[in-house]
Amino acid sequence: MRPILMKGHERPLTFLKYNREGDLLFSCAKDHNPTVWFADNGERLGTYRGHNGAVWCCDVSRDSMRLITGSADQTVKLWNVQTGAQLYSFNFDSPARSVDFSVGDKLAVITTDPFMGLPSTIQVKRIARDPNEQSSESVLTIKGPQGRINRVTWGPLNKTIISAGEDAVVRVWDTETGQLLKESDKETGHQKTVTSLSKSADGSHFLTGSLDKSAKLWDARTLTLIKTYVTERPVNACAISPLLDHVVIGGGQEAVHVTTTDRRAGKFEAKFFHKILQEEIGGVKGHFGPINALAFNPDGRSFSSGGEDGYVRLHHFDPDYFNIKM
Amino acid sequence: MYVHAFCCERESAESRMTVGTGEIRWWELEDDAGDLDFLPPPLVVVGSDKNGVKKVIEYRFDDEGNKVRVTTTTRVRKLTRARLSKRAIERRSWPKFGDAEYEDAGARLTMVSTEEILLERPRVAGSKAEEPKVAEDPLDAVSKAGAVLMVCRTCGKKGDHWTAKCPYKDLAPPTESLIDNPPGAKTAASQSSTRKSTYMPPSMRAGAARSGTEMKRRNDENSVRINNLSEDAREPDLLELVDAFGPVTRIYVAMDQKTGVSRGFGFINFVNREDAERAINKLNGYGYDNLILHVEWASPRPS
Repeated sequence: MRPILMKGHERPLTFLKYNREGDLLFSCAKDHNPTVWFADNGERLGTYRGHNGAVWCCDVSRDSMRLITGSADQTVKLWNVQTGAQLYSFNFDSPARSVDFSVGDKLAVITTDPFMGLPSTIQVKRIARDPNEQSSESVLTIKGPQGRINRVTWGPLNKTIISAGEDAVVRVWDTETGQLLKESDKETGHQKTVTSLSKSADGSHFLTGSLDKSAKLWDARTLTLIKTYVTERPVNACAISPLLDHVVIGGGQEAVHVTTTDRRAGKFEAKFFHKILQEEIGGVKGHFGPINALAFNPDGRSFSSGGEDGYVRLHHFDPDYFNIKM
Repeated sequence: MYVHAFCCERESAESRMTVGTGEIRWWELEDDAGDLDFLPPPLVVVGSDKNGVKKVIEYRFDDEGNKVRVTTTTRVRKLTRARLSKRAIERRSWPKFGDAEYEDAGARLTMVSTEEILLERPRVAGSKAEEPKVAEDPLDAVSKAGAVLMVCRTCGKKGDHWTAKCPYKDLAPPTESLIDNPPGAKTAASQSSTRKSTYMPPSMRAGAARSGTEMKRRNDENSVRINNLSEDAREPDLLELVDAFGPVTRIYVAMDQKTGVSRGFGFINFVNREDAERAINKLNGYGYDNLILHVEWASPRPS
């Protein structure tokens, strides 16, 4: 395959997200402008201007009309996807790390970093249909986990919130009461910071990637550990194929060490594993730095990766890929 | 009309683009054609079939008034699945905004990689993890002897790894070149030690005489060619087929680069010649995927 290289960002990529139909690709980077691309040919559709810090995460509503972005400038902003106009800005006292729309797009969950003595929080905001009626009040605020909460997402039927972060523990919270329902086991769970979390297409299970050089597959309801995929390098990003029983894991050595070794030693490749057999299927090379973000197109026929090198690489799979036998 | 479509289809299957002659044969005439002879028959479109081949057959009169049949065969290739939702098509025409609105035409933010990137498989497609070998296996002898043979010249560990794979390679002082020279090559050793830092082409190094030919032979030896494979057969299927005969070092199915379809032949390298022979005897004429395999020794490349 010949990947499409998209050079719109001047700083390392942080997050990638496809919309539901898979025709738009949203990219966030440490420069201040989230960008939207056409996912088939990589043409840039627009940028969302207004943030004043690194943008860590984004999510797009099911109807592809609203975009929510969380940034290190201590705001979370709502955007009109089509025009790039800012609709609303939630202000926080610390950088926002992760955002996720609920099923139905009526709620959004946001995490904020520990900052100036403040602990990290998970907050739920109600998203109004009309941006003029939007309020900044939190419906629910959860405090407790130590360190950054790098990823947060909604569990099945919005009944739970799943969070994971620097303390390496995956937690499931009750959406109504904010109570801690389940916690991953310290022994079998991750040993180091969880950097990424990605749900399966049906939301029944999810994959977490960690700096302990592994990615783990969990049941979203019971939080039982299903599978573990082991690599040689810290995992920064992961994604589950919606089409085949594949998962893709990206990472590489830490950015500070990149210049000291050559490209091959860094293992800056997106590694494909068989979801069930946990066997490595192959690797896709190309980035000049660690992979920070990975996303599968909802049709499963292409995937994109974003790297520390500032490039988004859009890969449309060759026909061979679909015939791979294990 | 059925008659028309039928005969045109046959005709176009034979040639890409044919211009029929002026004479009109009886089976091309319709019952009521007598009255309407001054009108050319309507356009006929056949296809597109599952290969994307579409035939358009049109009739017209040339300058001399002869009826001419023109058959155009085209092949339609779908590059992507065009199953877009209405909303996605609508989004396609959205105006650019933000920084994209004032983008320079020459900005070239999006480029197609000039490099072909492959999904690199960690091992040969379909091959299983190393299985324990039978005792008489020459490979086994190597690996057994390897435990003794394998002495790392860098760190001196026995049986753990080869020198080239030594984890302490970078820490060790530059090796005294070629300590383990065969006794016959003493002169070469002294030469090389005097010019420790100069480059020596591999062909001039001690022990060069054997390595090259050995490597070459390994690739050709015990190579078996399988012809008349079905298009669906891939390396794993082939491995399944020949696995019973003995250990295999290489399996290859020739694929057409453009279409990605198997070209119907493949190669298998066996570790043992006897295994290869047995495979040829057994598989030649064997029915596989409703085709009869033709198996023979692979002839070495003319080069």
